[in-house]
Amino acid sequence: MEHLLKIMTKPDNIPIVLMLGLTIFYTWFAARKGLKNDRQEVSEEAKQADKVQVWPYLVKVEFLGALLVMAILTFWSFGIDAPLEQSANPTLTPNPSKAPWYFLGLQEMLVYFDPWIAGVLVPSLIVFGLCAIPYIDINPKGNGYYTFKERKFAILTFEFGFLLLWVSLIVLGTFFRGPGWNIFMPWEYWDTHRVVALVNVDFSQFFFGVPTRLVDDTLNPMAMLIGSFIVLGWYSLGVAYYIWKRGTPVIRKLGSLRYSIVAFLFLTMMALPIKVILRIALNIKYILVTPWFNI
Amino acid sequence: MLGIVEQLRDKMQRTEVYKSIFRHSYQDTQRNRALQILDNVFLHLHPVRISRHATNIGFTWGMGGITFLLFIILTVTGVILMFYYRPAAEYAYDDMKYLMNDVAFGPLMRNMHRWAAHAMVITVMLHMFRVFLTGSYKAPRQFNWVIGVFLLTLTLFLSFTGYLLPWDQLAIWAVTVGTNMARATPFLGSEGPFGPELGMRIDNDVRFVLLGGTQVGPPTLLRFYVLHCIFLPLIAAVLMTVHFWRIRKDGGISGPDVSTKKF
Ligand code: HEM
Repeated sequence: MEHLLKIMTKPDNIPIVLMLGLTIFYTWFAARKGLKNDRQEVSEEAKQADKVQVWPYLVKVEFLGALLVMAILTFWSFGIDAPLEQSANPTLTPNPSKAPWYFLGLQEMLVYFDPWIAGVLVPSLIVFGLCAIPYIDINPKGNGYYTFKERKFAILTFEFGFLLLWVSLIVLGTFFRGPGWNIFMPWEYWDTHRVVALVNVDFSQFFFGVPTRLVDDTLNPMAMLIGSFIVLGWYSLGVAYYIWKRGTPVIRKLGSLRYSIVAFLFLTMMALPIKVILRIALNIKYILVTPWFNI
Repeated sequence: MLGIVEQLRDKMQRTEVYKSIFRHSYQDTQRNRALQILDNVFLHLHPVRISRHATNIGFTWGMGGITFLLFIILTVTGVILMFYYRPAAEYAYDDMKYLMNDVAFGPLMRNMHRWAAHAMVITVMLHMFRVFLTGSYKAPRQFNWVIGVFLLTLTLFLSFTGYLLPWDQLAIWAVTVGTNMARATPFLGSEGPFGPELGMRIDNDVRFVLLGGTQVGPPTLLRFYVLHCIFLPLIAAVLMTVHFWRIRKDGGISGPDVSTKKF
């Protein structure tokens, strides 16, 4: 418990505690507003659609808000010093070596994916996916007011990504990852000598008994075939769903291009936790191994 | 009979100098409230009148505004830190020590800069979360959301490049972990898919360009310093200008479309 308090109040970790508290609060706050609006004929926002003068009604709020933020920041800065460790030493690698906290979700992905996926592909897709949101979400409803009923899929998908894949992985990386990037409970002592025996197998080996490499250490074409089949099969779920639902108004309005982007991003996002579970539960390392890249 | 103070004030307010600076009186009238916004270059970011729900902190959470405020605080404290900091490996760490131990208000400036930077990352994420939950990225604000996404990545890069500057163990190793990824970039990294096939080596790939060497070293410090203090803040400032301009052009803060009864 003492150890827990120690990492929670480590100067650089205070923002993460703050972020966790604020995200939980605002998720609840927005959900409450949305559900309240959903029960009513007219949204709360629409009831306040009349115009007021910016001076003083908005400027007042901004002024007080700014004062409050500056007061908090000043107290925070008087109370807690920014850390300054030993001078940089390229020959002395700390264990664990952690990226800045906002990248810990990506660093966590490194456990389950090769660096080109965790460090390059996933962040690129996050940026691309975020930019694409306004153009692939063609539901005109729920613009400018809180609601849940009118945009269930959009809200649940975004919250899944933001809360479960981004925020909670940052928390995991900060509070639960210790030396050797092993999992430590927050109250556990960080034992730098802990060794966790890992016997990772690849997907084809585990489920079909097909080894990834042949006796002469070249790649087994059969394993590659199975791997490709699984990866393509996963994405063809999107195609199958399209064929099944193509007559419905939503899919028709979406069009095939927008649908492909939605399906690709959605399936990719969902593949992340699935791979995590496969790794943790079954020690599966790769689904597909090729001479150039592994998935 | 007016008191001496009031008489002086009235006299002052009639001078040419006063009138050239303040263009309207301070009486609380509708007109003056409007002029207060229109005649002030900073307040003029705002419209004169907005719908009531947009002044409600429960609607916007104030997160965009707080993010902007933190950016300003970071600019001010950052400039002060620049007076004491030299981006060279042999000086950087000692300059930080000096700042923390011997400069009046040095620790306060550094702490404010550090904590405001962390806070800005949090508030920009929450701002995005709010904009998503109120569906405010929908027409006509699609492109302003895209500008926002760029602002988000810039905020992260600003924070990341700043992380290196203290030149302590925390700094170089966090940046080492972060930039090691670049090695794995497809086509452009020495360990990325198809990278070696395209002739990428550790001393010519994209990570090398970023670091100015094969590991985080003095050239990296200078590169990150220039990015952190000049390049990234400039781009961010330009994009914020566009962001705020577009909020006005897109009809102000989003709200339910009361005219068509779609709410
Ligand atoms: C440096 C970062 C940013 C700053 C300083 C900033 C600032 C602001 C401010 C002051 C507003 C007015 C309303 C409010 O406070 O909520 C606003 C609105 C908006 N922002 Fe940002 N923002 C930033 C990043 C972002 C990001 C990351 C996104 C989305 C990905 C975004 C999308 C929007 C949109 C769509 C609006 C209009 C909202 C509406 O009309 O209700 N901004 N921004």
